[in-house]
Amino acid sequence: MRLDLILRVATKLILPFMLLFAVYVQLHGDYGAGGGFQAGAIAGAGIILYALVFGLAAARRIVPPALVETLVPLGVFIYAAVGVAGWLTGGNYLEYNHLAHDPVHGQEWGVFLVELGVFITVSATMVAIFYAFTGRGRSR
Amino acid sequence: MSDLVAAASGFLDHYNQYITIFLMVSGLYIVIARGNMVKKLVGLSLFQSSVYLLYISAGKVHGGTAPIIDPGFTVYSHPLPHVLILTAIVVGIATLALGLALVVRINEAYGSIEEDEIFERDRDDK
Amino acid sequence: MRNLFAVAVLSSIYSFMMASVVLVLDAPDVALTEAAVGAGVGTVLIVGALYLTKTDESPPIHGMFLPLVVAAGTAAALLFGVSDTPPFGDPSNPVTALGPDYIARSIPETGIPNVVSSVLASYRGFDTLGETVVIFTAGIAVLMLLKRSPARRRGDGDKGG
Repeated sequence: MRLDLILRVATKLILPFMLLFAVYVQLHGDYGAGGGFQAGAIAGAGIILYALVFGLAAARRIVPPALVETLVPLGVFIYAAVGVAGWLTGGNYLEYNHLAHDPVHGQEWGVFLVELGVFITVSATMVAIFYAFTGRGRSR
Repeated sequence: MSDLVAAASGFLDHYNQYITIFLMVSGLYIVIARGNMVKKLVGLSLFQSSVYLLYISAGKVHGGTAPIIDPGFTVYSHPLPHVLILTAIVVGIATLALGLALVVRINEAYGSIEEDEIFERDRDDK
Repeated sequence: MRNLFAVAVLSSIYSFMMASVVLVLDAPDVALTEAAVGAGVGTVLIVGALYLTKTDESPPIHGMFLPLVVAAGTAAALLFGVSDTPPFGDPSNPVTALGPDYIARSIPETGIPNVVSSVLASYRGFDTLGETVVIFTAGIAVLMLLKRSPARRRGDGDKGG
């Protein structure tokens, strides 16, 4: 553990930018390359990198497994709830036109919320799968 | 001579599909020929990536650019294959993780990840 | 190649090259996903699985003749079909016929310049909902398979194991 000093310092330098890049990819996905799937993968990879360098226990203190396992279904719930909201506001399921005062704004709201749901599910699933693999002891 | 040129240009018109077929068949070969389950899963993802290539290259338009609207461009590639494949990649990694989880459990139950040894143990148990 | 760590590293390099190819084919969204997911998370998962299992492959006991025949037969069937498919990159391909329609409608209807985003979340919202549910299901299945530790499983017998 003493030997990987360079890795630790480099990770501490890179990690904030990785997470910021994930937020950028998420929010700028409407105007450039990006969206919920990519941002979720980048954010999940950032947390996985932290766990790889600083150990699983340190990562679990920052991102507890219980939180991750709550976020996995939460994203799907947000997505499905946006669909129901489209329904209740007088459209079809997953129709965003009536979510705001005019259809274009409604579409932007709908896309934003749906991408948020995708982001939450994808990033939490990546971290949950990683925790499941690394948290399991060797059988031999 | 012109027949030859026509045949050659017909061949080159589909070069993306020859690459796709090569990747697909190598993935298929790994899945069938290798007994090691991790290698089988890597072969499966090779097969999968050939499908990504098939879809993305089908959506490509000559002289086109990425489908992000900008006043400076008029020709864009088809966005729909990009959407399908971008979700398929994330689903592919989730299913790969599921396959690897099954391999881990198989290793705990049988003490091996080689197909032949697992079949042998199943025969011995009967 | 008998060492499976080398296989993990090579598949990571392959994913990264696939991301570059896809970027050249005008799909930056897909390239971003492939680079983050395929080359990043996928390699970590394979290495994690190797840590829990075995890192070496035992030598093959079957011949490679039959798999080669199957692979070559599949390749021949696919190659036979290639000549009937439309040429690469031709704008009049039936596949790309609907592209200009999506591109023309995206900004007036949704106000989103990145057509991939608008198709993903709006025009094909149901599709993406289904994909999200698949990821959710796969995540839950991995947790079900790996969450319980082997020691505790032995404790309550072989029931449900």
